[in-house]
This record gives sequence, structure tokens and C-alpha cells, in this order.
Amino acid sequence: MNDPILEMRGVSKSFFGIKALRGVDLTVYAGEIHALMGENGAGKSTLMKILSGAYKPDPGGEIRIEGKPVRIDGPLGGRAAGISIIYQELSLAPNLSVAENIYLGREVSRSGLLARGSMREGVGPILERLGADFLPSTLVAHLSMGQRQLVEIARALHARSKILIMDEPTTALSAGESERLFALIRQLRAEGLAIIYISHRMDEVYALGDRVTVLRDGRLVGSLDKPEIRADTIVRMMVGRDVSSFYKKDHDPEAGRGHPVLSAVDMADGQRVKGCSVTVHAGEVVGLAGLIGAGRTEFAHLIIGASPKTSGHLEIESRPVDIRTPGEALDAGIAYLTEDRKALGLFLDMSCLDNINLAVLSRDAKLGYILDRDKARDRANKAFAALGIRAANVGVTAGGLSGGNQQKVLLSRLLAITPKVLILDEPTRGVDVGAKSEIYTIIDNLAKSGTAILVISSDLPEIIGICDRVIVMRAGHIAGEIERTATSPLNQEDIMALATGMEHLDA
Amino acid sequence: MHESSPQAKAVSATASGAAAAAQETRRQRVRLLIRAAGMLPVLLLLCVGFHFLSDGRFFTGQNLGIVLQQAAVNTVLAAGMTFVILTGGIDLSVGSILAASAMAGLTISKLPDLGALWLPVSVVTGLGFGVINGALIALLRLPPFIVTLGSLTAVRGLARLLGADTTVFNPTIPYAFIGNGSLTLIPGIVSIPWLSVIALLVILVSWLVLRRTVLGVHIYAVGGNESAARLAGIKVWAVLIFVYGVSGLMAGLGGAMQAARLYAANGLQLGQSYELDAITAVILGGTSFVGGIGSIWGTLVGALIIAVLSNGLILVGVSDIWQYVIKGLVIIGAVALDRYRLQGSART
Repeated sequence: MNDPILEMRGVSKSFFGIKALRGVDLTVYAGEIHALMGENGAGKSTLMKILSGAYKPDPGGEIRIEGKPVRIDGPLGGRAAGISIIYQELSLAPNLSVAENIYLGREVSRSGLLARGSMREGVGPILERLGADFLPSTLVAHLSMGQRQLVEIARALHARSKILIMDEPTTALSAGESERLFALIRQLRAEGLAIIYISHRMDEVYALGDRVTVLRDGRLVGSLDKPEIRADTIVRMMVGRDVSSFYKKDHDPEAGRGHPVLSAVDMADGQRVKGCSVTVHAGEVVGLAGLIGAGRTEFAHLIIGASPKTSGHLEIESRPVDIRTPGEALDAGIAYLTEDRKALGLFLDMSCLDNINLAVLSRDAKLGYILDRDKARDRANKAFAALGIRAANVGVTAGGLSGGNQQKVLLSRLLAITPKVLILDEPTRGVDVGAKSEIYTIIDNLAKSGTAILVISSDLPEIIGICDRVIVMRAGHIAGEIERTATSPLNQEDIMALATGMEHLDA
Repeated sequence: MHESSPQAKAVSATASGAAAAAQETRRQRVRLLIRAAGMLPVLLLLCVGFHFLSDGRFFTGQNLGIVLQQAAVNTVLAAGMTFVILTGGIDLSVGSILAASAMAGLTISKLPDLGALWLPVSVVTGLGFGVINGALIALLRLPPFIVTLGSLTAVRGLARLLGADTTVFNPTIPYAFIGNGSLTLIPGIVSIPWLSVIALLVILVSWLVLRRTVLGVHIYAVGGNESAARLAGIKVWAVLIFVYGVSGLMAGLGGAMQAARLYAANGLQLGQSYELDAITAVILGGTSFVGGIGSIWGTLVGALIIAVLSNGLILVGVSDIWQYVIKGLVIIGAVALDRYRLQGSART
């Protein structure tokens, strides 16, 4: 094999005495896709930030690029060393054009004036090579998430990077966009780039990875070559134990489906949702699948009154209800777990205690106004125990928790109202493997206790693993429904066919 | 066969994380302490410094009484401002509302039979303007800066209208004692100006509302993440109307305090740029300008710092002009310090 393009030897990093990385080795070759895996907090992002120059490693380790020891200082250091990072939250300025974004920080000027024309010409060939379907002069604000990712990649190529690090690049992409991205990543590999690919999703690592390196608790667990890449091996390396029953589904609605709890009939918002109906029964977990942009979240927002509806009505336990605000939805027993817990769910500066109790403060209050602090503390402590939330105590701020624990805190807030209907929008997004499996157990237990649950998810194995029935949305409509029966389990192909409209082609 | 593994994992994670968790608690505690103490050390340093620079004239019963009295009105305004800034808003109109409330109060106080009503009239006038601000911001979704910038000007005009653009005097205004009298705690030794008593009561009630009521949590929630608050079923509009109402109410109370102290009010001059002192006190007190973080005790310390600075600089004999320069630099320095503190507490 040729010489490695990147070698990290014994790299450590500690923050205020806490070791985030302990002597990690990483070897990456040109022309390979190297998957980096590990639970949240395993040290993946710390490692990345060292490569980008955002963090300085502890003395003692060594980083070599093309055999030469390098020191990566400051945010420009990574780029100077030939390393580009594409973060999960893309770092583009939406108010600038594609060309301006690609040249950001290295603008071309002629006698002090910005040379827009030559900048546009400069990025043209790269965009063409990437197969971009937009112009250098297009405003980034007008691009889809997939197209924005292309701009990030173009920026890396334009900086002549030899190592490209991608942090969960498909989180915000639809299935089609992800496929195109994979093709592009393979093309870049063929062109000789080294790609470090960080992902939680096993199917992506299967599809792309030439090698996999797994980190746990800041330590290197090991690296696997292509033939050794197996889901169970990787999961065992990541969590340090076997995960035999990853998806938990003990509840069984076929044993006798409960009464209908939520019926949404012909809901529309005049834009993204064009007349959708759904019924969820007590003790049933219904999946709401579809591509990104199919209108699933918008449909959920209509149900809980977060956005105004133009038509449709709701029934809870066969009684019509009029819901105009999320507050009224909570009063009616409908709880909604947002897909964007940081922007729409949690109060990151507030304690877990306050976050958990927020929806029931008024109900618990003495005289209607005075906080019942004992009750609140008791409730938070019980939630910590019941959901296995790991934090020093209920008083710590929610912003300091890991993704999985944050999700459980948010879930605790919803469970505090003992909802009849629970709508979960991407319940395991950005959550590590261990917490994922715990969340599935929580969902299963809720269903067993008779809660009606609607799960929106882009993670098809998850939908198949935990749902009794799947409703598929396409372009604002309900495209179809698939039921799990003893003889025919749910499968990915049927769902995708409905989601993409391929079932018409077959016919 | 692996039924016990989730629990097993939880246990091992707890065990290995125990040390880290303890350390985290300790760090959290230190962070809270730094945040709670905030500007208090600065206040104490200023007091001691001025005491020595002025040859021991700062820590005298009489001078401390003056400082407390001077801090009173600004403390009341800043308490209202704390509610507003905690939601991520701003209220630029408090100086004008204070003037209009004082004018309304003084005008009523001169009526033969209704004179005693001047105090509630003043306070309710302030509340009314505050609620209008809040309604414009909450219901029409206008930016707080713009709305209160508008009412800063408009209410100032109304204040001048109320007295036909003259100074209104009333040497026999009822309840004048709240402006100039003192509450005697130990006869002949310790007495506190009524203005300061009111200010302390305002701080105490504000603390109760912010920390002990449902509404208080909702205020922090709206400031921390407005969209999340809306999805969590909080009536964001009601919270916003409340906080601007409180700010107006406090401005009205401040107007009454000024009227009782001066026996007079002038719609043009009274309360000019008071909003800046109030905002300064809140920011000095460590309340985040984007909302969601802060405490009313910090605001009290901030207001006292401003009063001590004014008083101390006069004692030391610094000219009026330099006082402006120094106060301005202190504000910038304090916010810079706050940034530094925040950085220190930021997680990595």
C-alpha cells in the first residue's frame, strides 16, 4: 500500500483536567473513505477539531501529513495543511452568492475592488466537476440543503484540500440527495482525496467505508478493513457490549387494537400539506415515513396547532376538538417532540429541572401561581431515574448534556403531562447508539401502557423496527399505508417505493 | 439473553462517569458562584477605593443615606428593565414614561378633593403606557427596540402636553414623605430613606415573581428560546405584555417617587436618559442582553455601582465632564468582563 497521507500518533486532548482524547492513533490513506464512528462524546469531534486547528492537542502526540510532521495552528492552519471540514451545521453565509462563499476569506480583488467576474469564472469548473445544477452567482439562501453541501465540497476542492472530513453529512438530506452525495464522495475518492466520514448510520458506513475506525470514551478501540466491517462488530466496539435486541418491540396491537385516540381528517395548510388524514389507536405505534420535504413535520405542526390550518378537523377519542395553539394541544393530551430540539425544544440555559417541569408548572402550582419546588424536584428526579438520564443532578443546565440525554429531558417534559397521543419527530436524531436503544424501549413501554404514538422518522430501519403500521407521505399527500402482519413484516423497499412514487412505474 | 445489558451499561457509565460528574458539579457550583457574586466585588472595591480617596468621607451614615436615595429610582426602573431584558427585549421608553407619570400625578394632586389619588394615578399611567408597548410588541410582532424608541419620543411629547410644557409645582403634595422622609429603624442611629425602602421592596417582589412563580419560569423560557416556549404551550404574547407592563409600572412608580421628592415635575426635563442608566444597571448586573440569563440581585448591584460611582466621583472632586467619560468606560469594561466570565464558563 502507498504511504499514508495523514498519520496521527498518540494524540491527546484534555479540558480542565478531563481527558477528551487519550493517545489516539489514526492513519488515513489517499483515495480511501475512512469512516470514523463512536457514540456522542467518544471524541470524534475533538479529534476533528484538532485536525482543523480549532483545538490545540496536548503536547506529546504527533501529526504527520504526507510523512512530514505538521503543527496545525488556528482555524486557517487546517486549511493550510490541506484539510477541509464540512460540519454538520454547514458554515455558509446564506446572504452571499455561491462564488463569494467559496472564495470567503480568500477574495480576489483588483486594485482594491472585488473581482466578482473572475471569482465566478474561478469556481465554474469545480461546480461543473461536481455536477452542480446551480450557478456561481446563485444566492446560497436559495439552495437546498443538498446543494449547500455541494458548495461546501466545492470550497474544500477550491482550497486544494487533500483530506476532506465530513461530519454526518446526510443528517439534513433526503434519500435522493444522499445518494447523489455518495456518488460524489466515491468520485472524489477516485480522484485521490482522502475522506474521513463521520456517521452514526450503519448503512452509510456499509455503502461507503473502505475502513472504519471506532472511538470510545476518547480512546481508540480499533480499525476494521472493508471485509471485516459488520454491523454487530462495530456496535460492539462502539458501546463495549452486544446489542442483540437493538429495536425493542414487545407491544403487540394485533392482540387487539385499542380504540382510536387521534383522528386527524383531511388536514391542509394551503402550502406543504394537501389534505392528509391519519388515525392512531391506543397502544399503537404508527410510523410516518417519507422523503425530506414531503410535509411530515408540517403535518405534525398542523395537528398540534403550531401552524394555522386551512381545512381539516381533529378528533380525540372520537370527540371533535378545536386546537389552535400548541398549548391547547397539550391541554387536549397531544404532546409533540420536535425534530429540532435545540432550536424548538429545549431551553439550553435552563436547568433540567425547569425543562422537565415546564409544561406542568401551572398545574402543579400552589394557588395557581406559586411554584411547587418540591413537587418539581421530585418529578425531575423520577424522570431521571425512569428514563436513565445521565447528568450530575437535575439542577445542571440542559445545554451541557449529550444529545441522547437532552432528548430524554425533552421527552420527560412531554411525559409529565401523561399524554394520550405522543407525536415523535425524529426521536433519535443526533443520539448515540446506546441512548437510541433506550429511547426505543421507552417508546415500546409507552405503547404497552396504551399511549397512541406517531413516529416521524427518516431512518427506515428505525421505522421498521418499532412501528406497527407505516403511513407514507409524498409531496404533501398520504401516498399509502403499510401494515405489519405476522406473515408480512414491514420492509424498506415498499416504503421507499411509496415515498418516491416508484410504485406507479412498476404498475 | 441480553435483557440486563441496558441497565448494566447504565451502571458502568454511572460508575466511570462518577468522578467526572462530581467534577462537573463542582465546576457548575463555581460557575454559579461567580455568576451570583458577579459585580459584587467590583461594588465593594469601588466603595473602599472611594473611601480612601475621599479621606474617609464615603462610609459615613449620611453619605450612605445619600447613595441609597440616589440609587432608588434607578433601581426601580432597572428592576422593570430586568424583566424586559430577560425576555430578550429592551424598553427605551422608561424615562419618558416616568416623566409622563409624574406629570399626570402632579396634575391630579392639585385637584381639591382628589389630590390623594395622585399616587395611584401616576403608577397606573405608567402601567398603561407599558401595556401599550407590550401589546404592540406581542400582538403586532414589532421589534421592541423600534416600538419603545417610538414611545420614547411620543410619550415625552405627551408628558410636555400634560403640563402645557411648563413645570408643575405642588409644595403640599400628599405623601411627600416617601420622597424625602426616612423610615427610622433605631431612633437617632439607623434610618433608611423611604425611597430606598420602596426600591428594596421592588427588588424583593421582583425576585419572588422571577424565582418563585410559574410566570417567572415562563419569562426565562421566552428569553431563552421563544419558539420552544411557544411549542411548549407558553402564551408568549401574555408574557411579553406582562414584562413591558411591569417595566411601565416601575417607570410610573419611579415617576411618583421623583414627584414626591421634588414636589414638582417638568415634562421636558424629568427622566431624560434614565433608560440608559436602567439598562446599564441591568447589564452591569450580568443579565444577558439576548435574554434568558440573569438575576434581579445582579441588577440591584448594578444600580448601586452606578450610584456609588456618581457619588464617589463627586466626593473625590472629579469634574462633571470626566464623570461621563469614566462612567462610560466602566460600562464597557463591565460588559467586557462579562464576556470574559461567559467564555470561562462555556463548555468545550
